[in-house]
Amino acid sequence: MAINSIWVVVELTEAGPTTTSLELLTAARGLGSSVDAVAWGTNVAANAGVLGEYGATTVYDIGDIGDALPGSPVAGAIAGAIAGGSGPDAIFIPTSYDGRDIAGRLSARADLPVLTNITGLVGGDTMTTQHPVFGGTQIVNASFTGNGPGIYVIRAKSFAPEPSGGAAASVSTLAVPDLGNTNSASITERHVEERTGPKLDEAAVVVSGGRGLGEAANYALIEDLAKLLHGAAGASRAIVDAGWVPYAHQVGQTGKTVKPDVYLACGISGATQHMVGMKGAKNIIAINKDQDAPIFTIADLGIVGDVHKVVPALIEALKSH
Amino acid sequence: MGMNVVVCVKQIPDPAAPQSLEPGTHTLDRSGKLILDDSDAYGVEMALQLAEQAGGGDVTLVSMAPNGETSGLRTALAMGAASAVLVSDDALKGADALTTAKVLAAAIKKSNPDLILTATESSDGYTGTVPVQIAELLGLPSITFAKSVVIEGGNVKVQRQTESGYDDVVAPLPLLVTVTAGVVEPRYPSFKGIMAAKSKPVETVTASDLGIATGAAGQEITSVVDAEARAAGEIVVDDGDGAQRIVAFLEELKLV
Repeated sequence: MAINSIWVVVELTEAGPTTTSLELLTAARGLGSSVDAVAWGTNVAANAGVLGEYGATTVYDIGDIGDALPGSPVAGAIAGAIAGGSGPDAIFIPTSYDGRDIAGRLSARADLPVLTNITGLVGGDTMTTQHPVFGGTQIVNASFTGNGPGIYVIRAKSFAPEPSGGAAASVSTLAVPDLGNTNSASITERHVEERTGPKLDEAAVVVSGGRGLGEAANYALIEDLAKLLHGAAGASRAIVDAGWVPYAHQVGQTGKTVKPDVYLACGISGATQHMVGMKGAKNIIAINKDQDAPIFTIADLGIVGDVHKVVPALIEALKSH
Repeated sequence: MGMNVVVCVKQIPDPAAPQSLEPGTHTLDRSGKLILDDSDAYGVEMALQLAEQAGGGDVTLVSMAPNGETSGLRTALAMGAASAVLVSDDALKGADALTTAKVLAAAIKKSNPDLILTATESSDGYTGTVPVQIAELLGLPSITFAKSVVIEGGNVKVQRQTESGYDDVVAPLPLLVTVTAGVVEPRYPSFKGIMAAKSKPVETVTASDLGIATGAAGQEITSVVDAEARAAGEIVVDDGDGAQRIVAFLEELKLV
């Protein structure tokens, strides 16, 4: 089925749409003849300008969802439009915490299949999706075979965001149907973990640490090194889960996707989970004591050695440089 | 009052062993020995602790796997789960996420649990949508990416990871929660547990037993290609000059 109309689920922050949302709008412009956005919150109308600038003709405003998690109401509103015959041919959703909730609920509610972890899209009579597997060494090409709109869950940094110079999107209300018991979770407090320096997903240099650091206190080495290189400090899922560093530092499948000029992996073995999030770096340097660690298969420079020796020596060398 | 918890667990090919896709279907080759997905041990442990805190109750495992595979289930039973329901059916080979969710939801419904726990995603397919699809199919609320789970009265209080930190989220039972590896430290099965697991009940059912139609998945893999390989890098053993090698590399890139 040819793809004409695409809806892009857009996540808004106080500063505007997330970068991934703008990436998806940009990609949708090249694939569908009409692109519209779906958004929620109290500031949807205020973002009609920027959404139009990135290609949305209309922004469907779900409105304020209060303290609810977005999954149920956003999926319910989109499923309602599909059931009413006013839905699109394809729905693009960012791979994010809330995006995955929306995709799962929408799939089940509208009885539609979902394709996830998409990093590339090729248009045509049938749209082909690309998914990295086995740590990104192979790409699976897939497509939907049914008639209903496909749900495409797309990873961050898969497309470069570019404005089209379009006029402000028109704002149209999208009603939320009865959600039954599915919407009964509510947020009672939001905690923001502050961080300094460049943002992880925008920094030219990212220095990340993993289990090989041995203990939480050694993460200070990663932060020192990142600072010296004017970069951001990242982490593997293992040490985030272990509570050594806040979640905001995580690079990988369930964390941030980064594409810096240089990625320096210290004591990271290179689980699939991690490599998917950093394989797009222009240059990769890895330090690991295990010469068989998978990270070395993608490293431009690999140092088989002890991070506890190499990293402090590197910090000293850069200080005196 | 006790609490009944269902934990969805997946039995997967050992991630440490070489992985391959089947030539015809392009689905993951699951013909070898399967093990309990590491990321599911956290849900099992959390369930055991919550049932204990509630003063009792059963922890039931629900899994879908080919060939009546139970070796991963036995690991979770050895940790302390009471019983398991295994959906095993050739017709489900290569099933997509939504079909999988329908099957698991139907199997879960039989236990009428107060709480359903799952990992955030499997370590082999990592679709990450199945848990929430299950919740929607069962008409339940869900809280994903929990790094802490506490039961208070009839409510569940969760610390849920977000892009910028975490949110405190509350929802009434029954519901589905997906847990990260940070939520608890899983126990190792004891010898006694391993022996006891051998005689714990595992009920094997098919998709049709559960009333689930297995039709076309609505999506297909058309081809698999090698990704553009990164040019082979230089791997050197540190002889005390490792740091200097990195400095030289960064100099070449004009970063220092």
